[in-house]
Amino acid sequence: MTELSELYQQVILDHNQKPRNFGELEGANRTAEGYNPLCGDRVTVYLQLSGDVIREISFLGSGCAIATASGSMMTASVKGKTKAEAEVLFQRFHGLVTGGPDAPVNPEALGKLAVFSGVFEFPVRVKCATLAWHALHAALDGNRGTVSTEEGGRRET
Amino acid sequence: MSAAASTILEGIRRNASSGFDVEEVRRDFPILGEKVRGKPLVYLDNAATTQKPRVVIERLDGYYRTENANIHRGIHFLSERATQAYEEARATVARFLGAADAREIVFVRGTTEGINLVAQSYGRKFIGEGDEIVVSAMEHHSNIVPWQILREQVGAGLRVIPMNDHGELLVDEYERLFSDQTKLVAVTHLSNALGTINPVGEIIQIAHRHGVPVLVDGAQAAPHLRVDVREIDCDFYAFSGHKLYGPTGVGVLYGKASLLDAMPPYQGGGDMISSVTFEKTLYNVLPYKFEAGTPNIAGAIGLGAAIDYLSKVRLDLVAAHERELLAYATEAVSAIKGVRIIGTAREKAAVLSFVLDGVHAHDVGTILDQDGIAIRAGHHCAMPVMERFGVPATARASLGLYNTREEVDALVGAIEKVKRVFGR
Repeated sequence: MTELSELYQQVILDHNQKPRNFGELEGANRTAEGYNPLCGDRVTVYLQLSGDVIREISFLGSGCAIATASGSMMTASVKGKTKAEAEVLFQRFHGLVTGGPDAPVNPEALGKLAVFSGVFEFPVRVKCATLAWHALHAALDGNRGTVSTEEGGRRET
Repeated sequence: MSAAASTILEGIRRNASSGFDVEEVRRDFPILGEKVRGKPLVYLDNAATTQKPRVVIERLDGYYRTENANIHRGIHFLSERATQAYEEARATVARFLGAADAREIVFVRGTTEGINLVAQSYGRKFIGEGDEIVVSAMEHHSNIVPWQILREQVGAGLRVIPMNDHGELLVDEYERLFSDQTKLVAVTHLSNALGTINPVGEIIQIAHRHGVPVLVDGAQAAPHLRVDVREIDCDFYAFSGHKLYGPTGVGVLYGKASLLDAMPPYQGGGDMISSVTFEKTLYNVLPYKFEAGTPNIAGAIGLGAAIDYLSKVRLDLVAAHERELLAYATEAVSAIKGVRIIGTAREKAAVLSFVLDGVHAHDVGTILDQDGIAIRAGHHCAMPVMERFGVPATARASLGLYNTREEVDALVGAIEKVKRVFGR
């Protein structure tokens, strides 16, 4: 049960049950939807961007515990940050869950987001953990519409 | 002991006396001895693909070791032998489906290709602008998308047979969908997401009253139900080898000879012609007209071996074993607090789809996998079904002939563990 309890840490279960910044954001000036066609999970990210700074952020959607907790903790961790800072955080987070070259040397640098390190042991769940981040990235880019985790990738049968 | 439990035990005793011994069957499948994450494999993802018995694995091996050659054109010993084995497999499939003639059996890559063949060959010739194709609300994407592609090509429309909250098709509503424009009905025999067995005989009878041919998607049904294409009188029937304990990459399209004869080829190439000049090509006779290029010879022969295996263990006994196991699993899983079964049709086989209150199917799948239990979590390539039931995804345990009550017990224990992890 070690790897399982690494994945489903109490903080993650808590954010899944009571997601923060959950719902539509009044006065949002950027929004984008993330979609994972493999499981049908959808998440919409709402931003109130003032200049380069994320003043307010919220998300809404339905997904697994990992996707929901990740959306919740993402909103909490990027609020008040600049676009550039948020993008760097996304890169580090992505590195953390995939174990890729962007992986932070010291996961503590990610603060509370470090609880997602257990996802690395579950490669099929990486897309769950990054769904909301992809939507954030699209919203910061000013993309409207839906960003898919499977663009250019393979599909299940 | 509950009445249901004693009925189940009674059924198991009956099976034992009639010759179906699940422990003996399990020894025929080498992979069932494997460990997954240090635990014995509990394979409950049979609707996705089935495991292969030793006789199939050895048949493939034997073919490549001693018989491999191209078919239908060699004049040498091996080619004759390979051709004979390939055509014997076709005859085996014809007997398995109750077809009148082996010419009505076309080897394809799988159910998906079988349906696409009908859409592109029959569909493009006989379905035109303003015409309609009827499908059901519980189709797999592979029995929706080929018709949507055809719709784009010829300007036809799609009508959908609705279903009730149990996941049963509404036959009265179905009959009302017919008009002069209806040109084809394409419906699944057994739903991969819900487990519903559709009354295909009745569905076909109604269509035929309106002069409309019917394609049956038999991908899920073929491994679990006796299929007799002449008894149900379907016009096309498609299934896959790999869901029937056979190899991947091979499947079957059955078509009535009169229809197949009237259809243009699906693909051009070698073997599907009788003569070629640059001015004119004469197509080969059935079924070769639809088998362009070197087919999956080993796969077809392996599928023949899988069907022989199913005949040996007797499909009727397999069906009885699976029916009792599904009843046992349904009762045990429904008894878990917070579980809702999706798909509660009166006529069901092999599939147990469920959702767990407050826990996403993917989380269920991940936690079960830690115990070596393989299930499917997701939309099962049937997104309209998920929408109909208002769920993003379900967890699906699907049974095969080698599954046991102990494995169902392991499933139940693991679902309880999911609830503990999530504090429910």
